[in-house]
Amino acid sequence: MDALIEYSPSLLAGAWVTLKVAILSLLLAVSTGLFGAACKLSKIAPLRWWTALYTTVVRGVPDLVMMLLVFYGGQVLLNQVSDRLEWEMIELNAFAAGVLTIGFIFGAYFTETFRGAFQAVPVGQMEAGRAYGMSGWQVFWRILFPQMLRYALPGMGNNWLVLLKSTAIVSMIGLSDMTWLADQAGRTTHQPFAFYLAVCVLYLAMTSVSNAVFQRLERRYNVGVREANV
Amino acid sequence: MEWFDLTVVTGSLPEFWRGLWMTLQLTAIALVVGFAFAVPLSIARVSKNPWMSAPVRAYTYFFRGTPMLVQLLLVYYGVGQSEWIQGMWETGNPFWLLFRDAYFCALVAFSLNTCAYQLEMFAGAIRNTPHGEVEAATAMGMTRATALRRIILPSALRRALPPLSNEVILMLQGSAIASAVTLVDLTGAARNVYSRHYAPFEAFIFAGLLYLAVTFILVGLFRVAENRWLAHLQPRRSASAQKD
Repeated sequence: MDALIEYSPSLLAGAWVTLKVAILSLLLAVSTGLFGAACKLSKIAPLRWWTALYTTVVRGVPDLVMMLLVFYGGQVLLNQVSDRLEWEMIELNAFAAGVLTIGFIFGAYFTETFRGAFQAVPVGQMEAGRAYGMSGWQVFWRILFPQMLRYALPGMGNNWLVLLKSTAIVSMIGLSDMTWLADQAGRTTHQPFAFYLAVCVLYLAMTSVSNAVFQRLERRYNVGVREANV
Repeated sequence: MEWFDLTVVTGSLPEFWRGLWMTLQLTAIALVVGFAFAVPLSIARVSKNPWMSAPVRAYTYFFRGTPMLVQLLLVYYGVGQSEWIQGMWETGNPFWLLFRDAYFCALVAFSLNTCAYQLEMFAGAIRNTPHGEVEAATAMGMTRATALRRIILPSALRRALPPLSNEVILMLQGSAIASAVTLVDLTGAARNVYSRHYAPFEAFIFAGLLYLAVTFILVGLFRVAENRWLAHLQPRRSASAQKD
């Protein structure tokens, strides 16, 4: 217990790293997902093929393998570039590699979530917007997007929880997130059990808070939708 | 291609096969063990008696709310290095000695994890059993246990097939973290090949392709299973569609 108290500032710093990785990856994944959904629903066939390839490959390859590929492969590419330009060696940052990989992977999951949500909005809604004389952008921003969000929120909440938990693998490329720090502290103090358990508690706290936030958001975006009383 | 040297892959094929075999073993055993515990626990989960459902709920809350990597480290380094367990090792009790073995620890962590996910899926499917099925069973004079065994479980497990196929694929991908506890699974083999040849593209792209191939096979198998056991839930085909 004393060891836990002694190392708690370090663990909390690690929790902050975990949160930063998760939130930045989320931003990347949501924007990739919106773009991907647009491509999947586009009329241009090659765009649809490429997005289909992207979502298939991401779901078939483990996140860890992709992260190792980006981290070690990216370093090799960077070395070649810096050699050719006769720069000094640039070290690929584990943080950047982690955020890029997780954002890329979850971009595929958000693509599917958004695609389904866009398709769930009745076409009549868009037609009504047009009939009121709104421009294409106005129809998207005022009609399609807010309604799409209602359908997308449950899937987004789910994706976020999976994303948050998958940040733990950044510790395997040496980023000092809370899992990595718990590993170090556990080795030094010979009390790994207590430290890993503390990490579990921190993750549980994060997932529970996220659940509460998503429940509130869902209530907000479901205003005006009648629920069936069973 | 300068950046992709095929001889690195061909030279390490036996290593990749051994790793793949380890990955398949870990995934399959964990899924089967998890399934065996998930079915009875899912019945406890939907029980109206809080003494039955609350402990199961706490278990799934913990295992679904934390990363599997941390669970694996907790079992391997955490349990194995606690003084109490080390005391048990000195007594020579064979069960506790198992916790020294990375393979056993990985199986324990993976099974506990997948069991938590599977049991929530089954519990959801049991809750969604159509009223009429249960009423018909009661009307036929079945006891609760018989209705559970003959009607509710077979119906719920079939409807749980699509989410189960998802979980099987997630477990295959998730098992890649086994290399964190010294096991040489497919990812572990790729890491070894990488560090020996300093060839990240060859090692990780080839491993990724193997994972992709296994995923495709699994998806195909589940499609066959769904056609067989979920045929009664599929939309009825129109006469024109039946011809082809």
